[in-house]
Order: sequence, then C-alpha cells, then structure tokens
Amino acid sequence: MAEDPIHQFQISRLIPIEIGGLDFSFTNSSLFMVATVVTAGAFLYLTTSSRGLVPSRTQSVSEMSYEFVANMLRDATGPQGMRFFPLVFSLFMFILVANMFGMVPYFFTVTSHLIVTFALAMIVMLTLVGYGLKTHGARFFKLFVPHGVPGVLVPLVASIEVISFLSRPISLSVRLFANMLAGHITLKVFAGFVTTLSGLGAFGVIGAVLPLLLTIAITGLEFLVSFLQAYVFAVLTCMYLNDAVHPEH
Amino acid sequence: MFVTPGYAQETAPAEGELQTEIVHEEGHGEAGFPPFDTSTYPSQLLWLAITFGLFYLFLQKVVLPRIGNILEVRRDRIAHDLDQAARNKEEADAAVAAYEQELADARAKAHGIAQTAQDAAKADAEAERKSVEADLERKLVEAERRIATVREAAMKDVGTIAEETAGAIVEALIDRKPDDAAVAAAVGQVR
Repeated sequence: MAEDPIHQFQISRLIPIEIGGLDFSFTNSSLFMVATVVTAGAFLYLTTSSRGLVPSRTQSVSEMSYEFVANMLRDATGPQGMRFFPLVFSLFMFILVANMFGMVPYFFTVTSHLIVTFALAMIVMLTLVGYGLKTHGARFFKLFVPHGVPGVLVPLVASIEVISFLSRPISLSVRLFANMLAGHITLKVFAGFVTTLSGLGAFGVIGAVLPLLLTIAITGLEFLVSFLQAYVFAVLTCMYLNDAVHPEH
Repeated sequence: MFVTPGYAQETAPAEGELQTEIVHEEGHGEAGFPPFDTSTYPSQLLWLAITFGLFYLFLQKVVLPRIGNILEVRRDRIAHDLDQAARNKEEADAAVAAYEQELADARAKAHGIAQTAQDAAKADAEAERKSVEADLERKLVEAERRIATVREAAMKDVGTIAEETAGAIVEALIDRKPDDAAVAAAVGQVR
C-alpha cells in the first residue's frame, strides 16, 4: 500500500454530505482547500497587521508577493488590467500554497486533481469573456480576427484563433494538474524504490543509495515546480486577461 | 512506465479498498484513477467554490487594500523625505550664497574704508602743504615789502647825499653857496 504511487491522490470522505443525489461530502481534498485558504489568508493578514513602515521579514514576504503579482499583471495588461488584481493574486496564492502543502509528506495535493485546476482555469476564462463582452461588446470578437489579415484568410485564421482560444482553459488546467500529478508520482516511485531495495539486505541497501539521492534531488525540483506552476498559471492568466482589456491587437 | 506496475498492483487487491474510499456505483476501471473519478467532482467543485470564494473576498476586501495602503504610505513617506532633503539642501545652498555675499560685501566695505582713509590722508597732506606754501608766500611778500622800504629809504638818503654833495661841489667850484632848492631841482633832474 505504501508503495502505491496513486494512493496519495485518493479522495476520502471525512464528513458525508449528500444533496439531491450528489455527493458534496467534506473530504480530505476539502480539508486541504480549507487549510490552504486559512494558512494563506492568515499569513497575509497577520504579517501585515502591524502595518510597519519598515516591514518585518514576514511583512516583506507579503509585500513582495503583492508587488510580484502586481508587476506581473501591470506588465501584461497595463493599468486598466489592475481591476483583475485580486483575482490573479488569489489564484497565485491559492495555487502556490496548495502546491506547497502538497510537498509535505502525507498531505493531500489539491491541485493534483484535474477538476480543481479546470475550475480555476474556467474562472479565468469566464472572467475574460464576461468582462470582454461587457466592456467591448461585439468588438470583443475582434480578438479572433487579427489585424491585417487578408480577407481570404479571415475564416481560416479566425477558426484557428477560436480553437486556440477554446483550448486555453484545457492547457491551463492540464499543465498544472499534470505537473503536480507527475511530480508526486515520480517522487513516490523513487521513494518506493528506497524502501523496497533496502528491504533486500545489505546489497539492497547499497542499491538504494541512488534512488535516495534521486528522491532528494526530485524533492528539490518539486519545490521549484510548485512555485513555477503557480507562477506560470498567474502569468498566463495575466496574458489571457490582457485580451479582455485590449481585444483588438 | 513506473505508474503502470503500481497501478496494476493497486487495481487487483485494492478493489475492495477503493469501493470503501470512493464509494460509488460506477466501479469500472476508470474509477481507479482518482483524478478521473467523476463521482468526487461535485464535492471538489463545491468546496473549491466555497474556500476559493471566501479567500477571494477576504483578500479583496481586507488584505489587498491593507498591503496596498502600506506600500502607498511608504512611497509617500519616502517621497516626502526626499522632498524634505531637497528643501534642506536648498536652504543650505542659500545659506552658503548669503555667506559668500556677506563676505564679498565686507571685503568691498573694507576696501572702501581703506580708500577713504587714504583719500583723507592725502587731502590732509595737501592742505598742510598749501598752508605751508601760503605762509611762505606771505613771508616772502613781507620780506619784499621790507626790502622795498629799506631801498626807498636808502634812495631817499641818496638824494639828500647827492644834494649835499652837489652843493659842496658847487660851493667849492664857485665859492658861493648855491641855492638849496636849485640844487635839489638839479639833482632831481639828473635822477
């Protein structure tokens, strides 16, 4: 059981709730969503509570993450895009903290489930389409007709643009999901080698050194990936939201 | 490829375990891979909506305005301090300029005083010289007048002497005492 790399993604019900035949139970996934949100929220809230003019270390962590996301969004969308700042910042913090929680042994990784990452991607896409249509109306569809395309090619180019637009939520969600899933499986498999080989006597223990070193290295890599995927998600969100702000380009 | 053996390993003995954990009627093969088990989707979506929604609202209403405010206050404070520094520098520059100005004034004044003193000394010397010259002039005039008086007196004496001498000469020549008035007229005529 301990060596099964898929087991860590199992969802188990902690408090069974069923409404209208659907299972809305409070699960281990829900528990870690709550933990993620509470941890991130409490950290941001408590570290900034002193409102220090000269920030403490933890306060500067909160300020740095604020400015990091703010600069990212401003660079991608310009000042008009700053209305999306709470959304982008929430997404970044949520994914980052959820990923980091996933790195703790025996903890559940919320973002290793496709439905969660897909839901987050759909929040972005619905915001994009909703805001784009509201502010630009029909001009929003110029998004699918790039500037300066010859008339004959417009249907072709437009259909390609539509397909690429529709594949955005999929690529956005699958990228995060697959990275987290694959990383955790790899980690589990290599760690599994260590226990299996070391159970085979002295020769096995020597053989287990290599997978152990690999496990350590991959752990470091996974921390990087955890941050990087949160960053990539946020950056792509910014770039997509730029289309809502400036559809004609 | 590492996944497959693990997966295979799981599906065989863990059928019962899966049933208890995922709990759903669709116990086919797909359900073995948790992320694709659709029966857990409603729960995940609901709890994601609740947690992420609250997180979003909390950040939007409380945390982000607060951090934004902290950063803004700091930016203002730094700008204000820079302004203050610039103002102080301006004041220092002004003080230096005033000092230089005062120094230049003092120098000019000192020069003026020296000039005045020099002029006064020169004027004094000039006046002294003039009074001395005037004095000398006066003494000269007086001396000249005395000389003239003396000479006049002498000249008058010369006339008397000449008359007396002429009378004596004439007496000696003609043995007769000439008339004084005639002698005097004759001498006066010669002179």
